[in-house]
Amino acid sequence: MAGAREIRTKIKSVANTRKVTSALQMVSASKIRRAQELMRTSRPYARHMRRVVAHIAQATPDYQHPALKEREIKRVCYMVVSTDRGLCGGLNSNLFRKVLGDIHAWEQKGVGVEIIAIGQKAAQFFRRIKVDLVGTVTHLGDHPRMEKLVGVMKIADDGFMQGKIDRVYLCCNQFVNTMTQRATVEALIPLPAVAAELERESTEDELHPSPDVAKVDRATSWDYLYEPEAEPVIRHVLNRYFEAMVYHATLENLASEHAARMVAMKAASDNATKAIGTLTLVYNKARQAAITQEISEIVGGAAAVGG
Amino acid sequence: MTTIRCDIVSAEAEIFHGDVAMVIATGEAGELGIAPRHEPLLTRLKPGQVEVIGEDGKRQGYYVSGGILEVQPNVVTVLADAALRADEIDEAAVKRAKEEAERILANRGEAKTVEQAQEQLTQALAQLSALERLRKNLQH
Repeated sequence: MAGAREIRTKIKSVANTRKVTSALQMVSASKIRRAQELMRTSRPYARHMRRVVAHIAQATPDYQHPALKEREIKRVCYMVVSTDRGLCGGLNSNLFRKVLGDIHAWEQKGVGVEIIAIGQKAAQFFRRIKVDLVGTVTHLGDHPRMEKLVGVMKIADDGFMQGKIDRVYLCCNQFVNTMTQRATVEALIPLPAVAAELERESTEDELHPSPDVAKVDRATSWDYLYEPEAEPVIRHVLNRYFEAMVYHATLENLASEHAARMVAMKAASDNATKAIGTLTLVYNKARQAAITQEISEIVGGAAAVGG
Repeated sequence: MTTIRCDIVSAEAEIFHGDVAMVIATGEAGELGIAPRHEPLLTRLKPGQVEVIGEDGKRQGYYVSGGILEVQPNVVTVLADAALRADEIDEAAVKRAKEEAERILANRGEAKTVEQAQEQLTQALAQLSALERLRKNLQH
């Protein structure tokens, strides 16, 4: 019965694993609702904000803010939003792969790259591959707070304003539905890059509807009326924009995390169930074989004695 | 073209979107009325009322606690820090907040709380005035 006992231990261990995975699945299933709600409510604001700054990029104000002008790219910054914990399928690795591809492309052009990691997984990953990690924030929890993000936003903003970096990208997983999360890399500043991206998206992307209003069709140069003055208004809008986009990215990523974990853990639980089924079959066979062998031994022994 | 598209969004929700005849808001430099084909305009909003007037002349009031207003010839975008439908404002709560703010102002605590109280007071007053205006409109 030695073989059968080993199999039984194995079944028990798989069953324990299944307990853990299904517990994780249920935790995510209960959290996803709130995470989705948070993301849904903040999405229109972020989207409209992006549209407004794209408009501003097309205006020609007298006041020259550095973020309004495209400059020669010598160094770029990637703000990568990831999860804090693992066990969520390929969510983080998909995003990192995409970012890495971009980084290689920049490096081949001789452009420097620095990374700001939001979330434990991104921090670990980018520390390991030895890129320039200039800022990290982790453990945002189930309800990300703006206060925690202010630090990294300031790093990126200061870098840009002082001319150390020439473009900032924001990378996160966008929640499409429970089965699908899309790893995206979006330009954050300067604004002309954003406007160009929006225009491209509006022709090919179903996530950003109302393409007709994203573009301002005007051949001649134009400008806003600013009340009271251009400088404070533009500064205010840009600050708000920066905050809203980064904050919203963390919410998108949070919803994606729970969705991905739920799906990954469901698959794991199902696999465990299947493994248990197969192992049980093997166990029963082994047990049956042992019994048969025992009986035949007894019968053989009895025949020898009785003969 | 007799209507302009209007989007009012706050950080918490999409509050309003649709085609309207006019949008009235309280900008930093004063009250603004925006009709279709208005010149492009960008301003910060003060805490107060944003009103949209539909094609049929129906008015809808919203309270915003500050934000940004962007005007393009065919679309108005209000990015509110926080927005409420005017009928969602709880008058009693507003009054309480106002009294609380006035009390702190009267006692003159440390500088920071005075600042907060002033902020609170402005907000409460703006909400109250939004409410009153809404009431006035209802009587007509």
